[in-house]
Amino acid sequence: MLKQLFPIKHVAGYISSLVLSAVALVVLLDIPAGSKMAILLVTAVLQAAVQLMLFMHVGESEDKKSVYINIAYALFVALVTILGTLFIFVWGWYS
Amino acid sequence: MKWDEFFVTGEPLIYGAMVSIVLVSLAILFGLTYYKKWGYLWREWLTTVDHKKIGVMYIICALIMLFRGGVDAIMMRAQTAAPDMKFLDGQHYNEVFTTHGVIMILFMAMPFIFGLMNVVVPLQIGARDVAFPKLNAISFWLFFAGAMLFNISFVIGGSPDAGWTAYFPLASIEFSPTVGNNYYSLALQISGIGTLLTGVNFIVTILKMRAKGMTLMRMPMFTWSVLITCVIIIFAFPVLTIALLLMMFDRIFGSQFFTMANGGMDMLWANLFWVWGHPEVYIVILPAFGIFSEIISAFSRKNLYGYSSMVASMVVISGLSFLVWAHHFYTMGQGAMVNGFFSITTMAIAVPTGVKIFNWLFTLHKGRISFTTPMLYSLAFIPIFTIGGVTGVMLAMASADYQYHNTMFLVAHFHYVLIPGAVFAVIAGFHYWFPKVFGFRLNEKLGKTAFWFIAISFNVTFFPLFFLGLMGMTRRTYTYSAETGFGPLNMLSMVGAIGLAIGFILLVYNIYWSTRYQPRDKTGDPWDARSLEWSTPSPVPVYNFAVAPEVKGRDAFWFSKKNNEPLSNEKITKIHMPSNTGKPFILGIAFFFLGFFLVFSWWIPSIIAGIAVLIILATMSFDRDHGYYIPVEEIVQTEQKLRGDTV
Repeated sequence: MLKQLFPIKHVAGYISSLVLSAVALVVLLDIPAGSKMAILLVTAVLQAAVQLMLFMHVGESEDKKSVYINIAYALFVALVTILGTLFIFVWGWYS
Repeated sequence: MKWDEFFVTGEPLIYGAMVSIVLVSLAILFGLTYYKKWGYLWREWLTTVDHKKIGVMYIICALIMLFRGGVDAIMMRAQTAAPDMKFLDGQHYNEVFTTHGVIMILFMAMPFIFGLMNVVVPLQIGARDVAFPKLNAISFWLFFAGAMLFNISFVIGGSPDAGWTAYFPLASIEFSPTVGNNYYSLALQISGIGTLLTGVNFIVTILKMRAKGMTLMRMPMFTWSVLITCVIIIFAFPVLTIALLLMMFDRIFGSQFFTMANGGMDMLWANLFWVWGHPEVYIVILPAFGIFSEIISAFSRKNLYGYSSMVASMVVISGLSFLVWAHHFYTMGQGAMVNGFFSITTMAIAVPTGVKIFNWLFTLHKGRISFTTPMLYSLAFIPIFTIGGVTGVMLAMASADYQYHNTMFLVAHFHYVLIPGAVFAVIAGFHYWFPKVFGFRLNEKLGKTAFWFIAISFNVTFFPLFFLGLMGMTRRTYTYSAETGFGPLNMLSMVGAIGLAIGFILLVYNIYWSTRYQPRDKTGDPWDARSLEWSTPSPVPVYNFAVAPEVKGRDAFWFSKKNNEPLSNEKITKIHMPSNTGKPFILGIAFFFLGFFLVFSWWIPSIIAGIAVLIILATMSFDRDHGYYIPVEEIVQTEQKLRGDTV
């Protein structure tokens, strides 16, 4: 009964997503660019995890397998796009 | 803005087009009123959520767009048929090849495939509709809004003229100051949303709504190809969405993402475009592979050879399709390391494609082959597509590509891939599934005549372009002098283009002739085919299956026919169906106006149209419509009417 009145998971998810968004604002401070990127990367990954686990319930359906395969494929495409673009324009650029 | 800037002026061809658009629109309005068809149109088509009708509307639009893109193609061929032709000027030629490319890929090939997919996939997996029927209607009307927005550009404001790839800096506001490329970014954006929604819809449909007993590895090959295609769609289209968004910001709001100054990077557009663009090629071609697999297996009277390797090769293609995009710009300036990497991945993609070609050949091997029209297209596809594939491997070699880049050789190559791979496939699928939707076959004799015109003329049109490319003729040149020696081969290509036009006219005439004179098919299975869609009566009743079929293996319908076992022993019960809704259509109209006003940067009307879009979306989320039930008596009656006394 209490669980229904106070869905602890959702509230925790809500608060942590707010906190993570606030933490990301640290990049507006005057700190080295490298640590800015590190903070953004860590908060972004945590934020995505919170969204997927707590709000979109990835682990809770019967065919989790296909959901996980899809997420893995999405990660693959995103990484290929970003790293590939860097490969073309930065690391492998002929100058 | 003055009126002569709003309408395109000064071109007799375009004045002709304006007059004919007005006349055709008036004729349609008059016809609908005279025959009192407004209510019919609204009830049966504009508000429908039935996957079969949505599919038919997609295919009708695709055929109209095929005509539009085809006229563009004939105009280009006419302009280059002889040296120093004066048929089109340079600007008009630029607009024509740009719209030809965009229309043929995004508004012809894709909707044609979506149409077949809509008609066939739910039937093949034994479902009564797609997972989200209303969303499906939204997809269609957004595609339609995008297509119409793109098409009016040639009379209002001017068409995009920077190529279907719209490379920056040429496509920037600095070098293309007309509204043409605004149309490009907005029309593609709107229809792109529709495409993305279709992707989501069909993934859910295929994963969640298969008939009892139909495991993934028992699905028909066309359904498999659609599943893989939809996965590629939902991962490739977001890249295009973002690229188009940045383009829109650059052109309309003065941002500097792709400019050459202020930290912008013009080459990033080409990069993002092809990150989407190469998977897009496979979005068009994988369903085609699925269609050919169905047809070749059905008309060889054999099961598909190498089913699991067919599936595996499609999965590998879907992964590799995201790893090859830089081969579209080998000459942009990146180093040998980058080009070497993308050369290898590109050549690797020929391997799974080759596996598929061999599987089709082994399916044919020792089969009892019947040479029907769809089979002829499938058989012609194999050698012609192989020429396209082999020249593709030639282009994949980065060092050699410096020679071929941007020549007619490339143009010949991709037409050799896309015409057999996509156009032959959709026409073959059109002939093959036509009786399922309309209850009669297209005439075989007319169909075969059209086939020979198309297949032979295709080669006459595009084979000379290989040689023209090797001789040094660059693509997108609108004129050349007699000394270049390009004249004779271009003239030959023009002759082929006329043959292609005759072939397509015959195809359309065949639809008209068959509607009037072809005998009606009573069996629902005119080809003696193998998959579940043929177990329904033709034309398919709105609920598809009176009782949900149960599947025990691949080619379930074939074995149920051979072993004389019914597909289900269940009794008929009342069927739950989604109700029609006009909101997707209205949403499409609102999106059209939003796009149109943004093209011209008319802010107040844009804001109003944008608010209208939001309001429609909001009302949709509060819809409480639980659909309706078809009672048992009505189902029994319908089945008896369609099948005779067998029920």
